[in-house]
Amino acid sequence: MPVTRSVVASFKGRLVGAPPLSSLCTQAHFRFIRFYSASTHPPPASTEALTIGMVGSGPAGFYTAQHLLRNLPNVKIDMYEALPVPYGLVRFGVAPDHPEVKNVIHKFETIAQDPRFRFIGNVRIGHDLDLAELKPRYDALILSYGASQDQRLGLPDEDAIPNVFSARAFVGWYNGLPEHRDLNPDLESSDTAVVIGQGNVALDVARVLLMPLDELAKTDITEHALEALRRSKIRHVHLIGRRGPLQASFTAKELREMIALPDTKLHLDVPLLQSQMEAGSAILSKERPRRRLMELLLKGATNPLSNTSPTSKSWSLKFLSSPIHLVTNPTTQALEGLQLEKNRLEGPLNAPRAVGTGEIEEIPCGLLLRSIGYKSVPLQGLPFDSKRGMIPNVRGKVQNEDSFTSGIYVAGWLKRGPTGVIAATMYDAIETADTIINDIQKGELQPRIGPTVPPGFKGLESMLRARGVKVVDFHAWKKIDEVEVAEGTPKGKPREKVVEVDKMMEIAGR
Amino acid sequence: MLPSITRLSQAPCRLLLSVSRRYQSFSPRPFRVPIPQRSFQSATPLLHKAVEKPKTGEGLQVNYITPDGEKVTVYAKEGDNLLDIAHANDIDLEGACEGSLACSTCHVIVEDKYYDQLEEPSDEENDMLDLAFGLTETSRLGCQVIMSKELDGITVRLPSATRNLQVEKLR
Repeated sequence: MPVTRSVVASFKGRLVGAPPLSSLCTQAHFRFIRFYSASTHPPPASTEALTIGMVGSGPAGFYTAQHLLRNLPNVKIDMYEALPVPYGLVRFGVAPDHPEVKNVIHKFETIAQDPRFRFIGNVRIGHDLDLAELKPRYDALILSYGASQDQRLGLPDEDAIPNVFSARAFVGWYNGLPEHRDLNPDLESSDTAVVIGQGNVALDVARVLLMPLDELAKTDITEHALEALRRSKIRHVHLIGRRGPLQASFTAKELREMIALPDTKLHLDVPLLQSQMEAGSAILSKERPRRRLMELLLKGATNPLSNTSPTSKSWSLKFLSSPIHLVTNPTTQALEGLQLEKNRLEGPLNAPRAVGTGEIEEIPCGLLLRSIGYKSVPLQGLPFDSKRGMIPNVRGKVQNEDSFTSGIYVAGWLKRGPTGVIAATMYDAIETADTIINDIQKGELQPRIGPTVPPGFKGLESMLRARGVKVVDFHAWKKIDEVEVAEGTPKGKPREKVVEVDKMMEIAGR
Repeated sequence: MLPSITRLSQAPCRLLLSVSRRYQSFSPRPFRVPIPQRSFQSATPLLHKAVEKPKTGEGLQVNYITPDGEKVTVYAKEGDNLLDIAHANDIDLEGACEGSLACSTCHVIVEDKYYDQLEEPSDEENDMLDLAFGLTETSRLGCQVIMSKELDGITVRLPSATRNLQVEKLR
């Protein structure tokens, strides 16, 4: 008789009508009990559980874990996180003035309390522990470590000129990402900032630069960023896009917030917008989101109120422009401006290309943030599509070029490229979890049993300790969480984030 | 728990949403509905709102059609929204932002004749619907559909998106 544990097959009928997340733990347990009490088999020993390792603790990781916990009563999940603190971009990416978006953390906390789940913070896979060391310890690995790099402009001296940053680093700076806490952008030498890119990250950084400080002060923005923004002289922000308004990738909520900024006027080429809307009317009539976005843009740019009352701040959307040269002061090397080449659009209306016209425009600026997309970095031994910045996969399953990649799955931005809101990541995570469940059903993923049962995290802690790595479990993270909330409360903030890994570790060790 | 995150899901706050959402203050959650601790659960339960179920034989009928095509009929009280009702009845409708109009994960597709009974969605709701998977002419966010006598018997479908497609094939 073949000795394979049927983790899913006998449980198939229960996939229907899964419980809401809010009662995940309870339901999972009830199901577990119901299942095994109805079964003729005794409950398996804990060593027999399907053991899954995950890398990355952002929304993709948590949503994948949630779907697996819900559908596989016998699963054990170890979630590795490079930092001592969980939640990835929910903590470090979502803008501080969007606390509603962070409500999803409540759900993740519930998932983390499931006894079948373990958070393993402060362990960097590929540094403290190799993927090759992790792989044999699990039946399957799910990589959801996101996109930790950003696309570059490709301009000479892009990295050498002071006050030229990636928006990713700037966001990390104000959101307390330890890596970028010392970014120290100069917001006082100039009144103008330029953001290259017209997506939601671009709007986020523009909004943080222009929004009223008393609003920002009530958020979980880091104190060092708030201090710098208090001294900021930035009054004008230009957002540069190489193509036209129809190709802008920000969404309506973020645009609406920008338009609603007090004492701030929006500038854009209204005739261009109108002509593009007219030319693209066939597309717009079919695509409600884009149509609403363009209508909102036109309304925001032609609002008679903001046209009459003078404002002290402004933002602009510059279309059909590509950055070609950073202008610096010859003696101080300080950034003084940006040269743009004007573009025209060629090709099909729904996906036109920007083609340079040779016409040059120069705009003065003292801060430049590039926000033209993130990209993931590959872990050693894995295939990687460097053009799209993701691991090639089919519905979350890493393509099986050799035995090493077998049993490795991806979720989130690493799986589909760095784009999309939390809802997109949720669906995508469910797809990856379903792929795993199917692979078990089809026998392509067979949980190992008996003496070969994968040990998971067992034994790793001492090995990591020998390498000088201290693990932060969920309980230790909650200590950091409590300290942050306690420090934020007197300031009227939801939390004051700890921004140094050393301090996080000190609190976790208390 | 994050004590001072705004809880816009509470019904009275719906009015607030029509004024400028951006500049309303992020006030601490004013009131927390006590929720009984359940067994097997060490975390604080994170229900949006403790929705009281009506007495047997009373209440307004709500029919949910799950992504698997299963019809689940439940009863709810006037004033409760479709997200909270779903959660109170163990129906799998996500609500990542807890009803604060910051995501589209509680997207439901409303039966035509009931859709027309609903008030027009706000700009903020439409902004989020624009990001929903499988947007239709009668799509709404579950957290914004408040039960009233006129909606008694309403049927909403939970969009299937990508989920369970493969699993389905194997059954």
